Amino acid sequence: MLRIRRIEEEIERRYHQDQMKTPIHLVIGQEATAVGFAAALGERDLLYTSHRTHGGYLAKGGDLKAMLCEMHCRINGCVASRGGSMHLIDKRVGMAGTSAVVGGAVPIATGAALAAQMKREDRVVTVLIGDATTEEGVCSESLNFAALKRVPLIFFCENNFYSVQSPLATRQPSRNLTEWAASHGLPAVVADGVNVLAVYEAMKTAVSRARAGDGPTFIEAPVYRFRAHGGAGDDSRTGYRAEAERQAWEAVCPIRIFGDVLKGAGVLNEAGVAEMEQEIEREIADAFTFALASPNPTEADLYKHVYAD
Amino acid sequence: MPWDEGLVNSLVYDRPDPSEGRVLSYGGAINEALSIALTDDPSVFVLGQGVDDPSAMFGTTRGLQERFGGDRVFDTPLSEEAMMGVSAGAAMNGMRPVYMHNRPDFVLLAFNQLVTHAAKFHFMDNGQTTVPLVVWAAIGRGWGSGAQHSQAIHGMLLGVPGLKIVMPSTPHDAKGLLLSAIVDNNPVCVFEHRWLMKKDGVVPEGAYRVPIGKGIYRRRGHDLTIVGASHAIELGAQAAALLASDGIEADVIDLRTIKPLDEAIVLESLHTTGRLLVVDTAWAKGGVCAEIGCLAAEKGFRDLKAPVCRIGLPDVPTPAGYTLEQFFYPDAARIASAARRLVGRS
Repeated sequence: MLRIRRIEEEIERRYHQDQMKTPIHLVIGQEATAVGFAAALGERDLLYTSHRTHGGYLAKGGDLKAMLCEMHCRINGCVASRGGSMHLIDKRVGMAGTSAVVGGAVPIATGAALAAQMKREDRVVTVLIGDATTEEGVCSESLNFAALKRVPLIFFCENNFYSVQSPLATRQPSRNLTEWAASHGLPAVVADGVNVLAVYEAMKTAVSRARAGDGPTFIEAPVYRFRAHGGAGDDSRTGYRAEAERQAWEAVCPIRIFGDVLKGAGVLNEAGVAEMEQEIEREIADAFTFALASPNPTEADLYKHVYAD
Repeated sequence: MPWDEGLVNSLVYDRPDPSEGRVLSYGGAINEALSIALTDDPSVFVLGQGVDDPSAMFGTTRGLQERFGGDRVFDTPLSEEAMMGVSAGAAMNGMRPVYMHNRPDFVLLAFNQLVTHAAKFHFMDNGQTTVPLVVWAAIGRGWGSGAQHSQAIHGMLLGVPGLKIVMPSTPHDAKGLLLSAIVDNNPVCVFEHRWLMKKDGVVPEGAYRVPIGKGIYRRRGHDLTIVGASHAIELGAQAAALLASDGIEADVIDLRTIKPLDEAIVLESLHTTGRLLVVDTAWAKGGVCAEIGCLAAEKGFRDLKAPVCRIGLPDVPTPAGYTLEQFFYPDAARIASAARRLVGRS
């Protein structure tokens, strides 16, 4: 979590230098969800996400250098400069696909889970969605089909209460998202999205169910993005959300919460944190240096992989 | 007789010569292709609204669920976008789905998944994933199908990189192109035409493939080139027979695939005839007619002895009423008239 936070902060710090010519959607504040669900998944398990990819990609084991090369539009980016920040994909670590159209990855993940079921593979699929995804018809269609076929799938919903700058209350009637999800015929639970252990526990149960052939689960994890929907910095001052609301969520920072748990259990101390910080700082500096020194694609690269052989 | 069965049964096609081989209907040829694909490859599965119902998608899926089981041949919820995404997701993970629609109009509900997702993934992830998906649909016409049950949407898809589009006109090609589409590692749209379903033809037994991207001459002539696919080129061939009785001989080119397009065969024929008549089952604007017209202007301009003529649908939605339909759809006689004007013999 600390690593993801520091990577995001460094991306944010450098963003206005315009060397990363890519729209970014930072996950600062949402680290516990990414790390919590990824910890419950094995290497063979697949993750599909929306446009907010950084957390899932890193937590699933994605290569930082390949990510930063992608964000700097270099040929050795994880998808060779075809995706940018919104499409960090690496099948080797099960980061299987993303969509910049809200809800777009949901049926695809459902199809991936259907394939695993039909091929009798020991593989669980997770799709990372947001509160606004539940408003897309295709999300409802996918929940219905996943429940009907009992495919090994987890709908993991980060409810951060905003779609860009539109609050949940202007988009949905007052109701529990889990009740809505459960009406499609699958179990739906809430996990505390700022508590990585709570996320992990909920995921573990869902993953066991899926592996046992008992079908999909919907998990709602309330959480908050500390920054704007897109770009660097916070945009609360524009008035769509209250500064005080953000500050209240910052007070329940997932990294501090888990840090306190580890310190309380005697697993971690201040010296250990300092060591981690140093190591992370070094890794990030190296990765940026690598990305900035990496080659650009050529015109011939544009025409590759339009069609498969 | 249900709905338009009587109409489709009443259509008259040239009878195939049984001495040339086994005769099968167009729908029967598709059924045989699906059966072969399901037998040969356990990763193939067939889904779609009503694929297991008594009418069996014009007979194309008849008996398949009984033979291959409900896990591999199954009915779906009325969720076109999700099912297209499910098909794409399964294709990206080792399966070869054939997703069937009894009208292309329903594919429009799934354009987000087809155009923005399935067609793009192989490019977007730099070749890590392939999407071997077949999207099948049968264009409707006549008997009150109207504005929302008759659309031929292939023109809208011509400008989508990553997709292939095939449009067979004979039972032989319906089988061979479907088998090629299923083994292809890209999303392939197969657009059939409702009015061809009862057409008989010589269809070899067993597996064979008709190559995607290759057109074929159905008739040779020197006065003009008639080019198109699917039911439109069937009408084009009927028109060519009418023209022959007037001493006008046409090259008739069945494109078979409209994306990728066999440009070479069109330009070769145009080089000989100098006159081009493009026919399509869809609207003339912005589709196959427009693209081939542009091809002639771009790469065959010096061969053109007359302006390109296109016979597609007028820029009007399909009417449901019988009388209006007669004004809306071109037929062989109208194509023949256009050809006569093109060669200056009207």
